[in-house]
Amino acid sequence: MRTKRREQLDYLFRIIFKSTGLITIALLAGIFFMLFSNSILFFIKISPIDFFTGSQWDPETQFSIIPLLVSTALVAMGSMLIAVPLGIFTAAYLSELAPKKLQMFLKPVIEMLAAIPSVAIGFLGIVLVGPGLSHVFGIQNGLNALNGSILLAIMALPTIVTISEDAINAVPKSHREASFALGANKWETLYQVTIPAALPGLIAAVMLGLGRALGETMTVLMATGNAAALPKNFLDSVRTITATIAIEMGEVPYQTTHYFALFAIAAILFLITLVINLLGEYFANQLRKFHAR
Amino acid sequence: MNKKNIINTANWLILSGSTFIVCLFLGIILWDIFSKGFSSISLDFIASFPTHGMTQGGILPAIVGTIVLTFITTLFAVPFGVACAIYLNEYARPSTLTNIIRASIRNLAGIPSIIYGLFGLALFVDGLNFGTSILSAGLTLGLLSLPYIITTSEEALKRIPNSLREATLALGVTQLETIKDVVLPKALPGILTGVILTLSRAAGETAPILFTGVAFYINGVSMATNQEFMALPYHLYMLSTQHNAIEQVRPLAYGTATVLIILVFTLNLIAFYLRFKNRNQD
Repeated sequence: MRTKRREQLDYLFRIIFKSTGLITIALLAGIFFMLFSNSILFFIKISPIDFFTGSQWDPETQFSIIPLLVSTALVAMGSMLIAVPLGIFTAAYLSELAPKKLQMFLKPVIEMLAAIPSVAIGFLGIVLVGPGLSHVFGIQNGLNALNGSILLAIMALPTIVTISEDAINAVPKSHREASFALGANKWETLYQVTIPAALPGLIAAVMLGLGRALGETMTVLMATGNAAALPKNFLDSVRTITATIAIEMGEVPYQTTHYFALFAIAAILFLITLVINLLGEYFANQLRKFHAR
Repeated sequence: MNKKNIINTANWLILSGSTFIVCLFLGIILWDIFSKGFSSISLDFIASFPTHGMTQGGILPAIVGTIVLTFITTLFAVPFGVACAIYLNEYARPSTLTNIIRASIRNLAGIPSIIYGLFGLALFVDGLNFGTSILSAGLTLGLLSLPYIITTSEEALKRIPNSLREATLALGVTQLETIKDVVLPKALPGILTGVILTLSRAAGETAPILFTGVAFYINGVSMATNQEFMALPYHLYMLSTQHNAIEQVRPLAYGTATVLIILVFTLNLIAFYLRFKNRNQD
């Protein structure tokens, strides 16, 4: 009898554990459903053509995602221009050059950088980076796309460094030894053998860093000035998709066109980050296959 | 100096210089915030209410709010996340369903936090009628934390050798008892490390709580879960961008930033320590 109870309990928990796994699918499906059902209600009222071709995001007259999309892309691209070289060089230094003791110091530094809350980094954009930029470029207000790019670069760096380092470490030692045996020096080996071999992993690192930069809210909300106009260069104030949702969702009346519009831009952001993450995963798998060969 | 030496030095400079810049970022952030923040921190600042329209006084309700919020997040996300990790590592066989679950978890981890905020608004605030409250916000942060808790817990479970499981199963013990009495206790430090790191992230998050219950000012500290609440990250955001007298409250903003970073770093240090101890045991 007692054995039977134990078996029943075992069976019961097997079902409980399995249902938690199923709920994660339901959660993703729920988010998907929420975004797209509300977006459909938006596109019933506003034609998708206007949404994707207009040039203004102004809840009074026109809902066009273009200025927000351009802003988001501008800030994210800028951050990658800064973070990708810095991140990959740092990863190369960590795995190829740094003495063991220095590694023990540097890895926690990267983790601490990752741990700083986004709102604290945004605060720094206001009190430090903003005034610095307005001083350097002689502009009135330092809250612009460049400010956001610098801060997002800092936020994306830990992701890029950690994953790149794993990718470089995963390159078999035999590759390097073969290169040395052919007479290549340390740098030729690094740039022409190790990094190319780790390339899919490095691309995966960049994709995940980019995904993080695109989805970041508080930093850009605080540091980019939030002017909802089409930006022309890095010194213009911009307003990203995430910042727009953060600013307007709190004030918008429930279930108005404006309310649905915010879900529509969120759905676009969701699709963009999904594609970026899937690409990252694809490249990570390429690396795994390459090394499994 | 010959050509070879120049190439050597230049390359070395590029790599170590990049590393130095990355470290410099952390240095500048901590130096700027701590050097200006420590002077505003006092017992009074930590243990009293804001007064005079937020221009004076302390941040007690924001500290309490963040702690209670993180507690609700833990209560919801940890059992759920660990159960899911147990399913994936102990029960699930390679199948289409397992692949779909894993893909869902990876995708959930990549979803921007503001979208979790929207989902929390739709599901908890409106759908389940919890209103804008600390419960809604805590559950929203719980959803956001889930994928991380699942992934780190599964990593911890993976490190437990199969021979242990086989040994207990051979003694006639059920799988549940094996998990409860052998696998989980052994994996606990690893799971705990992941949980603490995840919570330190959740405590600093702002975007998901924006529409789900955080408030700029509440009167009094309440433990009721259906009330709006103050939180450190949101307090910092409001003080630095939305306040009428921004320059006047700057010292308070620095103080809030310092408290927030110290809170997050303390959690991280605990996690580092646990990981260090755990590794030495193996």
